[in-house]
Amino acid sequence: MEVQLIKIEKRNDVSRSIYFLTPVLAIFLTLFGGGIIFFILGFNPIEALKFFFITPISDLYGLSELLVKATPLCLIAIGLSFCFKSNNWNIGAEGQLIFGGIVGGGVALLFYNHDGFYVLPIIILSGAIGGMLFAMIPAILKTYFNTNEILVSLMLVYVAKLLLDYLVVGPWSNPEGFNFPETRQFSESAKMPILFDGLRIHAGIFITLITVFLSWLILYKTYLGFQIKVSGLSLKTAKYAGFKGKTMIIIVFMISGACAGLAGVGEITGPIGQLHRNISPDYGFTAIIVAFLGRLNPVGIIFASLIVALTYLGAETAQIFLQVPKYTGQVFQGMILFFLLGSDYLLFFKIKFLGLKKNEL
Amino acid sequence: MSFDLNFIGILIGAIMASSVPLILAASGELITERSGVLNLGVEGMMIIGAISGFALMVITDNLFLAVIGSMLSGLIISIIFGLLTQSLLTNHVATGLALTIFGIGMSAMIGKNFVGIPGKEFPLLFINLKENVPFLGPILFGHSIILYFAFLLPFLTNYFLKKTKIGLIIRAVGDSPTSASNQGINVTLVRYSCILYGGAMCGLAGAYLSLIYTPQWIENMTGGRGWIALALVVFATWSPIKVLIGALIFGGITILQLHMQAVGLRIPVQLLSALPYIMTIIVLVVISRDSRKIKLNTPTSLGQIFYKEK
Repeated sequence: MEVQLIKIEKRNDVSRSIYFLTPVLAIFLTLFGGGIIFFILGFNPIEALKFFFITPISDLYGLSELLVKATPLCLIAIGLSFCFKSNNWNIGAEGQLIFGGIVGGGVALLFYNHDGFYVLPIIILSGAIGGMLFAMIPAILKTYFNTNEILVSLMLVYVAKLLLDYLVVGPWSNPEGFNFPETRQFSESAKMPILFDGLRIHAGIFITLITVFLSWLILYKTYLGFQIKVSGLSLKTAKYAGFKGKTMIIIVFMISGACAGLAGVGEITGPIGQLHRNISPDYGFTAIIVAFLGRLNPVGIIFASLIVALTYLGAETAQIFLQVPKYTGQVFQGMILFFLLGSDYLLFFKIKFLGLKKNEL
Repeated sequence: MSFDLNFIGILIGAIMASSVPLILAASGELITERSGVLNLGVEGMMIIGAISGFALMVITDNLFLAVIGSMLSGLIISIIFGLLTQSLLTNHVATGLALTIFGIGMSAMIGKNFVGIPGKEFPLLFINLKENVPFLGPILFGHSIILYFAFLLPFLTNYFLKKTKIGLIIRAVGDSPTSASNQGINVTLVRYSCILYGGAMCGLAGAYLSLIYTPQWIENMTGGRGWIALALVVFATWSPIKVLIGALIFGGITILQLHMQAVGLRIPVQLLSALPYIMTIIVLVVISRDSRKIKLNTPTSLGQIFYKEK
C-alpha cells in the first residue's frame, strides 16, 4: 500500500515576510555552496570566503569600489524591474548599456576639446536616449510584429558589442593612439566629478539614487505603475480593464533602456573615461540577477546591487590572493540566482508533513 | 585551375568544421525547445563540456573517455536546469541565464590548472583520400568522427521528430502540455529527458571545440557560440534540416572573416560577425508577423511553466 508522507499544496496567498526572506536564504545557501566548491578545489573554505566577501570591503577604498560597481548594477536593475513586473522579458540590457555608451561616447568625442558645465549633461542625456532607442527595437517588434522580445533583445546585445568594436578599432580610434582599440580620453568636463580625492566613486551614484526614487514614485504612486503591476499579475485582467497594452510595453522598454543607457554613459564618463572594447563586465546580464534578488522592489534592488557588486570585487581579490580566475565571481552570481529561484517554490507551494496515521498502517 | 578548385574544397571543408559545434548544440537545443522548454544555458553547458572533455583527455589520456565525459558533464549540469524548471517550476529564462553565468564561472575555476597544456591529436578519418582526391577530398574526407556524426544528426533528428512515436510525443508536449497530460503522457518526464539530451549535445559541442577545433583550453573559449546556436534554432524555425543549412551559413561567415584579406573584401569584419544575429531577428520578424505561421513553426508552449494539480 502506498502511504503519502509529504503532501504539496498550492498556496492561495503569498506570505510577504517569506517573499522578502527567501533572498536572504538564497544568499546563505550560496555562501555555503561556495564554501563547498572552494573546499573541493583544495582551499580552506572559511579563509577563501573571507578573501571573497570580507577582505574587499575592509577599507575605505574597497567600500568606494563597491559603490562604483553597485551604481550601474542598481540603475540597470531598476529599469529592468519595470519590464519584469509587467511580464516583458528584456534580457538585452547589456546591449542597451553598450549602445548608450556608444551614443554618449560619440557626443563626448565631439566635445573633446570643449570645456563647459553643459558638456556632461548633454553626454548623459544622449546616453540615456541611446539606450532608450535601442530598447525600443525589441519593444516595437514585439508590439507590431509579435516577435519574441527575449530573443530579439538578446541578439541585439551582440550587435551592439560588435558595433562598439568596429567604432573603437576603426573610425573612432584615437588618432594618436598607436592603433590601440580605444578612443581618445574624454575632456575633463566630459567626466563625472569624483566625490572624494583618491577614490573612484563618482557623481553617477546620485543619478542612480534619483532614478531609484523616481521609479518608486512611478511604480507605487501613479496610474502607469498600477497598470504595470496589473499587467504583470494577469494580462487578461489588464485587457479587460482596457489598458493600452502596446503603449505600456513600449514605455517599460523605454524606461529600462534609458536606465541601461545611463549606466553605460556613467561607466564611460566615470571610471573609464574613454570608449574601448570592454566598457562593461556583463553588468547588463548580472543586473538581471540583481533585479530578481531585490524582488523587483526599489529598496530591495539597492541591497541586492551591493551584494552582487561584492561578487565582482571578491573575484578580483580572490584572483590576487587565491590565484583563482576572475570568472569565479560568476559562479557565485549563478548560484545566487539558482538558489533564489529554487527557494521561490516555498512561496507558491506549502509542504505538509502528514506523518503516518494508525489506520493507514 | 585544379589548384583553385582544391582551394575552394579546403575552404568548404573549413566551413564544415566551424559549423560542427553549432549543429550539435542547436540540434540538442531544438529537441529541448520542441518539448516546450527554453534553455538559455547553451553557452554554459557548452563551456562545461569543453573543459570537462579537455580535462579528462589530460588526466586519462583517452580521447574516447574525454568525449563521453564531456557529454555526461553537459548532461549533469543540465540536471540543475531540469530540477529547477521542472520540479521547482522556476522561470525558464532566468534559470537558463543563471546556468550560462554559472557554467562560464565554473569552467574557468576547473580549467585553472589546464591553461597552456597542449592538446592531443584527434584521429581524422580517410586522410589519404583527402590528399589524393581533388576538390571533393578536403570536403568529404579527413574529418573527425564527430563531424560526420554532426552532419548526420539533423537528418536523424528530423526523422526522430516526424516519424517516431517518441518524436510525436515530444512535439505534443511542446505544443499543448495540458492535452498531452490529459492523454496520460508524463509531461515532466518528457521535458526532463529533452533537457538532459540537450545538455549532452551541448557538452559534445564544447568538446569538439577543446579537443578538435582548437585543441587546448582557453577561458571562455566558446566565445558566444552558444548564443549563436540559440539564434540558429529560431533562424531555422525549429526545423532540424534548416539548422544544418543555417549552421553552414553561420559557419561560412566565420571562415569568411578569416579569409577576408585573401579574398579582398572591404566589409568590416564586425558587420560580418553581426550578420547571424541580424538575420535571426529578420527571420523572427518574418515568421512572427503571421500568427498562423508562428503556430506552424514555434512550439506553442515554449518557455511556459507547466504545473499539474495532484
